[in-house]
Formats: sequence, C-alpha cells, structure tokens
Amino acid sequence: MFGENLLNNYAEAVSMIIFAIGFTNLLLHKNLIKKIIGLNIMDTAVYLFLALKGYIKGRTAPIISNGVIEADKYINPIPSGLVLTGIVVSVSVTALMLALTIRLYKRYHTLDLDEISFRLRKEGR
Amino acid sequence: MRDFVQNFPLFSIVGCLLSSSTSSLLKGRAAKWVNTILIMCVGAMSLCVMIYCLKNGPFVYIMGHVPAPWGNEVRGGVLEGGMGLFFSSIMLLSMMGGRKKILEEIEDTKQNLYYILVNLMLCSLIALVYTNDLFTAYVFVEINTISACGLIAIRQIGRTIEAAVRYMIMSLLGSGLFLVGVCMLYDLTGHLLMSNIKESVALLSASGEFREPLLITIAFITMGLAIKSALFPFHAWLPDAYGYSTISSAAILSSLVSKGYIFLLIKIIYRVIGFDIVHDSLLLNVVFGFSALGIIFGSVSAMKEDDIRRMVSYSSVAQIGYIYLGISLGTKEGMVAAVFQILAHAATKSMLFISAIGLTDASNTSRKFTDLTGSAYRNKIAGMGFAAGALSMVGIPLFSGFISKLLFMRAAVNNYGKMMPTMIVLAISTILNAIYFMKTVVRIYSPERNLYEGREGFVKIHTKDQVFYTITVIIFIALNVALGLCSDPILDLISKGLDMFA
Amino acid sequence: MNNDSLFKRLLSWIRESSESFDEDMTIQDVDENESFGVVDKQEHIENLEMVRRKVYSEKENKSMRRMEAIYRWFAVLFACFFTFVLIVTVSHMPKTGDLNNPANNEVAERYIKEGLKETGATNIVAGMILDYRAFDTLGESHVLFVAAIVVTILLRLDKKEKDGINTSIIETIGEAEKDDKIFEPKNDTILQKVSLIFVPIIIIFGIYVILNGHLSPGGGFSGGAIIGAALIMYLNAFGFEKTGKFFNEKVYKTVCFSGLAFYALAKCYAFFCGANHLDSHISKGIAGHILSAGLILPLDIAVGCVVACTMYGFYAMFRKGGF
Repeated sequence: MFGENLLNNYAEAVSMIIFAIGFTNLLLHKNLIKKIIGLNIMDTAVYLFLALKGYIKGRTAPIISNGVIEADKYINPIPSGLVLTGIVVSVSVTALMLALTIRLYKRYHTLDLDEISFRLRKEGR
Repeated sequence: MRDFVQNFPLFSIVGCLLSSSTSSLLKGRAAKWVNTILIMCVGAMSLCVMIYCLKNGPFVYIMGHVPAPWGNEVRGGVLEGGMGLFFSSIMLLSMMGGRKKILEEIEDTKQNLYYILVNLMLCSLIALVYTNDLFTAYVFVEINTISACGLIAIRQIGRTIEAAVRYMIMSLLGSGLFLVGVCMLYDLTGHLLMSNIKESVALLSASGEFREPLLITIAFITMGLAIKSALFPFHAWLPDAYGYSTISSAAILSSLVSKGYIFLLIKIIYRVIGFDIVHDSLLLNVVFGFSALGIIFGSVSAMKEDDIRRMVSYSSVAQIGYIYLGISLGTKEGMVAAVFQILAHAATKSMLFISAIGLTDASNTSRKFTDLTGSAYRNKIAGMGFAAGALSMVGIPLFSGFISKLLFMRAAVNNYGKMMPTMIVLAISTILNAIYFMKTVVRIYSPERNLYEGREGFVKIHTKDQVFYTITVIIFIALNVALGLCSDPILDLISKGLDMFA
Repeated sequence: MNNDSLFKRLLSWIRESSESFDEDMTIQDVDENESFGVVDKQEHIENLEMVRRKVYSEKENKSMRRMEAIYRWFAVLFACFFTFVLIVTVSHMPKTGDLNNPANNEVAERYIKEGLKETGATNIVAGMILDYRAFDTLGESHVLFVAAIVVTILLRLDKKEKDGINTSIIETIGEAEKDDKIFEPKNDTILQKVSLIFVPIIIIFGIYVILNGHLSPGGGFSGGAIIGAALIMYLNAFGFEKTGKFFNEKVYKTVCFSGLAFYALAKCYAFFCGANHLDSHISKGIAGHILSAGLILPLDIAVGCVVACTMYGFYAMFRKGGF
C-alpha cells in the first residue's frame, strides 16, 4: 500500500495533510469565513508542495551570481514560477469570496449559508 | 514566415484581452458595441482557422521564440476552429436575445463591467480551446471561474449572491484538485506541455513505474474538471445560478461554461493521457455510473419543479450527464456523440432560456406554471422557440436532440459491457423528458387563453416591439433544425477533427 | 480530560456537537440605528427568533440532532480517507531533493544554461515567467483584473440608481460613509507621525523591488503589493479626503488600463515576432545592469503599477464602497 519513499518524502506528506485539512474545511464547514480560511490553507499547501518539487540537495537559489552558469549549481526554477502564479490566483479569489460574504452579511446578518438558503426560500424571492 | 491565418489564435486571445481593458474606460453603450464587434471578429477568425486546417492539417504556433518543451504553445486544428466558431455564435445570439433585460436589470453605471466579464469569458473559452499547455489551461480556467461568478452576481438580488457563493465554493474545490493533479503530473513526468507529457506517460505505463501515483493523479484531474462542470453529485449550485441570473448570463452559463471544461477534459484524454491507455479503465466506469445517475436524477428533479427556469436548469443537469455518458463509453463513436451533444445542447438550452424569458414577460414576470397558461398566444415567437426547444430535448426527429440520441445508441451498441445500462438510462430519460417538457408545451399552448385577458401585466407582446428578440429566436430555431437535418457534414468535420486531435 | 484516549475524546466531541449549535454565527443583539432594508427592526428580530426556533431548536426539530451527528461522522471519515489517499500517492512519488528526478530534465537545464544569453536576466525565475512562459503571466495579470471588476460590481456604491432595480439590497452612499466614520482616523498623532516617516521608505523599497525584478528576487507582483501596502497605510493615517487628492477613481482606471493594454500589446508583438521568426529588435542589454533584459523591465513596471492600484482598490471598496 505505502511506497518506499514515504519517510524520505515526509515534507510532501505534511503538505498533503494540510491540503486535505483545507479541502475538508472548504467543503464541510458551515461558517463562510471558516470556508474562506480553508481555501487559503488549501492553496498554501499547494505552494509548499511545489516548493519542495524544485529542491535539489546541495544547490542554491536560481539567481546567477558571480557569473557561474553551470547547470549543477542551481535548483530547478520552474516550480517557483508556478508558485508565483498560484499566489496571485489565490489572493484574487479570496478577495472575491470576502466581497460576497460582506454582501450576504449586510443583508441577512448571519454567516451560515444554510440559514441564508432557508430564509431565501421563506421570503420567496 | 508563417501563413497569416496561423496567427489568428493569438490575435483572438489578445483581442479579447485588449477589449476588456478598454471597456473599463467606456460607458455602457460603447462597451456593448465593442463586445458585439469582438465576438463577430473572433468567430470569423475561428472560421478561417477551421477552413485552413481542413486543407492543410493541424499546426503548432509557438508563443515566444523557443519551441516546446521550453516555451509555450497553442495548437490549431479543425475541431478547435469549429468549437471556437460555435462558441462565438452562441455567445453572440445569447447577448442579442438578452439585451433588453441587461438594460433593465443592471445598474447604469455597471453595464460596462458586465461587458468586460463577457469579453473575458470569451477569452478564456478561446484559450481553453486552443491551448497546448496544462498550466496555461489552469490559469484560464481560473479566469473562467471568476467571470462566471461575476455573470451570476451581476443582478444583485439575494438569490443570485447566494448562488454565486455556492458556485464559487464548488468551483474552487474543483480548481484545487485540478491544480494538485497538474503539480503531481509535473513531478512524475517533468513537463507541462501536453504533447511531451503524453510521451512520458506512454513510457511510464509501459515500464510500470509510478503506476499508483499516475492513476490517482489522472483521477484528481478528472474529478476536478467534473466538479466544475456540474456532474452529479456536484450540481447543487446549478439550479439557483441558472434560474435567477439575468437571461443572457443564464444562456451563456448553461451553454458555454460547462462545455469549456468538458472540452478541456476531452483534450486531456486525447493529448495528455492517450486514448488507448484510458479507454478500458476503472476511471471511465466510475464516470459512467455518475453520469447515469445524473441523467435520471436531473430528470426526476425537473419534474418536481414549479418554476419554469428552474425546470430548464435541472434538465441541464441531465444533458451534461449525457455528454459524460458519451465520454465514458470509451470508443471513438462515443466521443463523436459527446461532441455533437455539446453542440446540440448549447444550441437548444440557450434557446429555451431566451424563450422562457419572453413567456414570463408576457405573464406579469411571474415564473410559476399556473400564470404561464396560454402565454404562447401572448408572445407568439417565444412560444414557438420554447416548443422547438422542447421537441429537440425530447428527441423528436427533425431536431438536433434526435441525432444526438441516435449517436449515443450507435456508440453504445459497440460496447458490450455498457450497452444494456445505456439503453435503459436513455429510455427512462426520454420518457421523463417527454413528461415534463410536453406538459409545459401543452400548458403554454392551452386554449384557455381568455383566462388571463385583461389582468394586470398579462399583455400581448407584438413582434414590432421586440425585433432583435424575434430575429434571435428565429436564428436559434434555424440552427437547431440545421443541426438536425444536415448533421452528416458536421459529424464528418467532428470525426476529422478528433483524428487530428491527438 | 487529557488522560482520556484520543478515540474517547473524538467520540465525546461528536456527541457534544449534536447537542448545541454555533450560536455565535448570528448576532445576538440589534443595533439601534441599523436599517434593514425591507423589514423594520421589530419584524427583523421576530424573523430571527422564528428561524432559530423552527430550524435550530432541538425541542422542535428532533431530526436536526440526528442529522448533525451523521454529518459530523461523515466529515471525519471523509477527511481521514482523503488524507490517506494523498499520503499513499506521495509515498510512491520520486524522492524529494533527488538529482535524478523526472522534473530535473533538459527543460530546467536550458533555462539555467542559456537563460542569461536568451533573456538577458540574471534572475532565472523572472526570465522564465516573463520570457519563456510569458503567456501564463499574461493570463495571470488578467485574473487579478477580473477579480477587481467583480469586487467593484459587488461593493461599489454609485450615485444614480435606476427605477425598477431591487434597491433593498443596495445601501446608499450616505449610510456607507456614516458606517465608515468609525474607521476614520480623527487625526491620530502617533499614526500620522509614524506614517510620515515610513510611507516614503516603503514606497522606495517597493520601487526598488520592481526595478530589480530581473536582477534579484522580486518582480512586478511583489513590488506592487508593497507599494499597495504603503498606500493603505497612508489612507489609514490621513483619511479619504487627503488621499483622494492624488489617488482617485480616474487615476485608478487610467493606470489599470494603460498597464494591462501595454502588457497585452507588447507581448502580442513579441509572440508574433517569435512565431514568425522575425527579429523583434528589442535589445537585451548588458547582463547585470538595470536597463537590460529586453522587455522584462517595462513589463515589471506595468504589472507593479496595476497590482498596487488593485490592492488599494480592494481596500477602499471593502471599507467604504468607493474612492
């Protein structure tokens, strides 16, 4: 069931546990603010995972210094670029979800999505 | 120097982005014209790409100065050009049909913002159609999600904002799974471009190394896209979102947004995993089960509805189930059936929504069935549109729905394991469709038209009051009948496109 | 409590949660001067009480207790199953930090070896996202733009309201300004003196990060966020009136439009020249100098301005619904 790299990839396992926590939070919590926090936890776990992907033992960050351009002195630069894109996307959707939560709260004075649905059905609008 | 036509995918995408930035400075009317001209240009360019690829075969266009796998790429082919053309036409017709409602339901100062969202939605659909890179697909999937949320929430009543929140939550779950899948796939293969990943995956499945992670990764990517396109049981957001937003949003959302994700899934099946590897796997059987349940559940829920727009939204759940049924049959005929059902459903569902708004306008803007009695006599063209759409959904010959059901049956016959369940599901769903759609058609054409005469709001709407609307509905009916009668050339194009797709 | 086993604690948590309901999610008391749109205050309090009684009280709704318990059990099981699947996947993946991973292939090698020659940037990651894979970054800047548009739709309050729109959900500009007076600084001495010192320093640092995007860690996105933070600090210290003198809606729209339009046009030109094998006549400069790396520096500046305006715009929308 478990592969041979479990102990070596412990950092990735931690990032996956955090991902699962965030995912379950987003899916199953009833409070809107806690869902948004779950979304942020989920995205942070993906950044940790990507950061680990690029790492190679014994090498430094991919900024060319002192004119050294051999390929075996720097880590893999691609996952860092993916993380940059991911951070921007995460900030954008968090701002959007918070704006929606503010509108709903101003009208219904509750953060529980189920209660809002119930009251909408009662109002019939 | 390449042929000039090969630059058209780049020009379409950049044109949409530029017009969206420009529309942030313009007022409502100017933004509307920019939007219309943009959709027509993008459609024309996609048509040119399709004709060019029919003659010369598919082409690869480098975005930058280095080829794959070091730089980004887009790829043009017959299927891509055809889907681009089709998406643009449906979007143009939906915007035309709903333009009066946009003026009424959205604040004056925010009308140009609505057109910005439509432009960016078109940009993301075209990019998803043409792209050849998984991470670019993720970025444009996010643009699609956020624009769709804006399209739902633009109307700013309680129900649309709650629907937007539910939609965002489900969509972000799907995006999270998709992103994790892409990152894991990058770890296993080392590439982000689709063609390169396919070679690595072929090597990995032959050698048997990394078998379990590959399976789980592909499952994550499929599940992420299935959640976003409202496959059962992830469809809870759909009736509220389609039922209460402004009418052009409902038409665009139901016809185009889910289909963009399904097209991306088909592209990933062909170009990342490889059709041979996936066609007899456990993954497709699971998708088959969910799609069958979705078809039946969607039809049953539609029967219980009292509100016409929610009924049409629930039938969308069933139709998306049909498309997944075609994909999960695992044969080439199944894929052709699924792509044709995408076209047929897009053409029919937008028409149903636009006709429904015409009927409710003639009945004091009430959506309940009791008030819609005899409304086809008050708004003749809307009644004809709704009747044509309903006949197509049930599967009456002469309309597009009949051809798609026929294709599903033919594809199922060749696949022994799934033949019986497919036939049973198709039979049950046709009967259920007939029940709730024909019930509605009979009611709107009921002869008790004098029941509501003279009551407040129940006015007769003449054709001269709604010229654009009439033209839109007539074009939709013509499109539907064309798909139903002249389906052979279109199926031929789809077949050729799928051959070039891999 | 701490001596009980983990399993016993889990069971008692599940049992407890089915006996109470998160009361703190809804407000307990009602503010005197708040308006509620369609219903008046008395009716609103009655509505809340009725909802609480009918839906959430265990006396009237026994099935609620059962549903809560089932829901909690299902949540725990789902979380455990999902974590298990993910850890099984990770355990089979290639080793972290290993040299022979599939990810360390010819793609990364070329970026490092030829990156300086082909892009002119010493920061290999900046060269990658703004030159090799520039299409992704073009899409990403528009993700930020579209999120700002949707937040504007939801939160911006405009003067004219057309007849026929359901205005019960849209509050007026006067009410929003009255609400915002709580956050207005009232000339706080400490805040203003500290901002006078720090805001220029933060802005200079932000400009440094943007301009050095291709030479050291940084770039348009991080630098723009720093400048946005400086603007927010200034707003908090001095209020909307003083900030409105140099940053109002017109500036916001102009900067966003010019940044994004420049980005799209420049990249369209670069892609067109690249795909058709034409020479784009953009010089790469001397490596290590500020004015080098071709298009990367102008694009960083454009992106930095857009991000700074968007961050400030988010804050202003959330606080007052306008600039």
